[in-house]
Amino acid sequence: METSNQQGHISGVPLGPSVESGISRAPDVTRIDELQEEYDSIAIATPRQLMWWKFRKHRLAVFSAGVLVIFYLIALFADFVSPYDPNVFNAKYKYVPPQYVTFYNAKGDLSWRPGIRGLIRNRDPETLRITYEKDKSVWYPIKFFVKERPYKLLGLIETDIHLFGLGPEAEDFRVFILGSDRLGRDMFSRVVYGARISLSIGLVAVFLSLTLGIVLGGVSGYYGGTIDNIIQRVIEFIRSVPGLPLWMALSAALPVYWSQEQRFFGITVILSIIGWTDLGRQVRGRFLSLRTEDFVLAAKLNGARDLRIILRHMVPSFTSHIIASLTLSIPGIILAETGLSFLGLGLRQPAVSWGVLLQEAQNIQTVALTPWLLLPGLAVVITVLAFNFLGDGLRDAADPFSH
Amino acid sequence: MVKFIIRRLVTAAVTIWAISVVSFVIIQLPPGDFLTSYEANLRQMGENVPEEQLEAMRERYGLGEPIVTQYYKWVKAILLHGDFGRSMESGVPVSVLLWDRLPLTVLVGLSSILFVWVVAIPIGVYSATHQYSLMDHVFTFLGFLGLAIPNFLLALVLMWVAWSEFGQSVGGLYSPEYKAAPWSMAKFLDLLSHLWIPMVIVGTSWTAGLIRTMRANMLDELNQPYVETGRAKGLREWRVVWKYPVRVALNPFISTVGYALPQIVGGVVITAVVLNLPTLGPLLVRALLAQDMFMAGAIVMILSVLTVIGTLISDILLAILDPRIRLE
Repeated sequence: METSNQQGHISGVPLGPSVESGISRAPDVTRIDELQEEYDSIAIATPRQLMWWKFRKHRLAVFSAGVLVIFYLIALFADFVSPYDPNVFNAKYKYVPPQYVTFYNAKGDLSWRPGIRGLIRNRDPETLRITYEKDKSVWYPIKFFVKERPYKLLGLIETDIHLFGLGPEAEDFRVFILGSDRLGRDMFSRVVYGARISLSIGLVAVFLSLTLGIVLGGVSGYYGGTIDNIIQRVIEFIRSVPGLPLWMALSAALPVYWSQEQRFFGITVILSIIGWTDLGRQVRGRFLSLRTEDFVLAAKLNGARDLRIILRHMVPSFTSHIIASLTLSIPGIILAETGLSFLGLGLRQPAVSWGVLLQEAQNIQTVALTPWLLLPGLAVVITVLAFNFLGDGLRDAADPFSH
Repeated sequence: MVKFIIRRLVTAAVTIWAISVVSFVIIQLPPGDFLTSYEANLRQMGENVPEEQLEAMRERYGLGEPIVTQYYKWVKAILLHGDFGRSMESGVPVSVLLWDRLPLTVLVGLSSILFVWVVAIPIGVYSATHQYSLMDHVFTFLGFLGLAIPNFLLALVLMWVAWSEFGQSVGGLYSPEYKAAPWSMAKFLDLLSHLWIPMVIVGTSWTAGLIRTMRANMLDELNQPYVETGRAKGLREWRVVWKYPVRVALNPFISTVGYALPQIVGGVVITAVVLNLPTLGPLLVRALLAQDMFMAGAIVMILSVLTVIGTLISDILLAILDPRIRLE
């Protein structure tokens, strides 16, 4: 967001006193030699340091980066964080609403540990729907680092410790902090496992688009001429047709017998085939403007080969911009996957992604009676927001010499 | 100007040709030829298919002939007779289903664009003239939120709110009593009262980006000397802002709208599915899920062609507004 510009500038040339607000940790720098030190530190700072300082100014971006790190850690350690297996049915607990965590135990005394109330199951005599009521006479404490179903942490270490759960004393009662779905599966565990696919599809697809974008955009901008013309027309064509119907049609054409992994990869490829154009355009623009720079000419005169000039001399000079645009293009991919899976054309059960989870909430009846099934959508919104803010901060920081 | 329009028309024609190729590829993508599955489908429903009829269809679509001939026959039928083939699911000609739903699709798309414009321009101008004010931050935040919420999720939430707060069902484009009624003023008003929901839903995700474009353009213009001159001459502030910089800032804005069009069309598709609108979106999803590829290919093609025409119109409008573009 532009707001960061207001709070302070780091100028490449340390001239004015405004510099001090850029880096000083203590605002009351008065002594002249301390000021001098500050100036010196800016004068000798590497571009990377300048970028970091500028990025740090953008508080929302730093916060978003923190949120994303947490989300990715949760996805990585999904087996540890989730109390239950995301695909295990439990006929006794269908459509349980999110349980409130309370510190008052069954006797009404304040406890040092959080817990949840029991449930009384009722059947509505008219609609025959099962409804739940809090059973105040029972209180199950939530235990941390409990031993439950065994799993392999990161696929390597065998363990059975989970972040939280009710432990063996609760017998078959369960904790559903985000409620349960129509088959009694724990929504929290499902959202946590869904993060794996939803968060990684963005990264994988962006990586594929980047490869396409750098190769085609690079060729286009470096050589120019006919090949540039052809690639530009292709880009224009892809951009002028609506993406979503095309995505839908292509993923509907994926063979039905494909395994989950193949399908995941297929969808990723489809998303990046249509998504690389933005990056391709930017890379081309950078190449066009860099082509005439002196350092490129110098490398050429030194007899460097084309590939070396591109990879060794030109690409490093715009990596920061590329990273920023990459970050900004991840949200679109996450949203596209969510949309496709929601329509039933993307990933399918038993694969768990946020889009697949939202498929459960497709009609108004479900949403009205069990609104907690929309919660995976909240995860999508938070992730997309965080990526947008982070990308904005990175974009500002990518140009440390501008204000 | 004539030269510019001709050039744009040629580009559009080439694009439409490319679209027809892509749509044809989509039709061909599923394994096996569609007639076999069509026949199996009919047999399953207990219908007997006479061999002559199958032979006629084989001839009509050029099955068994080279792929180029098949493409040629397909395009020829569309161009000469408006014949897009038959929907394998329902057996009805695709064109009948298409024309039935096309007008409302265009209506929802156009009204969404209108909504985006009406909202984005004033807010963009306000944000630029009141940079860093509280409302500027609020609008920026709302914009980001609109960008981050998937269309279908917003649709679901709005439906839920309307249902639980007002006890109103908001799906579809008509109230039940008008669904089969002939066109009348009352039906039109009923349509309008339903139209605003998809309009807002599709619009929100796009206003965000356009507000930012408008704001950035305005900020560039507001620092120009001519604005200062206007102020120095004693013009009222709203006149200084709205008469000169807004008009200049609008140019890049209009070209952004042309580029936003493909995204808006996509947004309409997915929103229409949730809201169950009688537009092409739900038809496309159903066709794809049933692997009814003639239907799906035709819809993808129609939606893309519409988008190209929309972009063409916005380009020409832009050229009328800004002579610099014509001369490029």
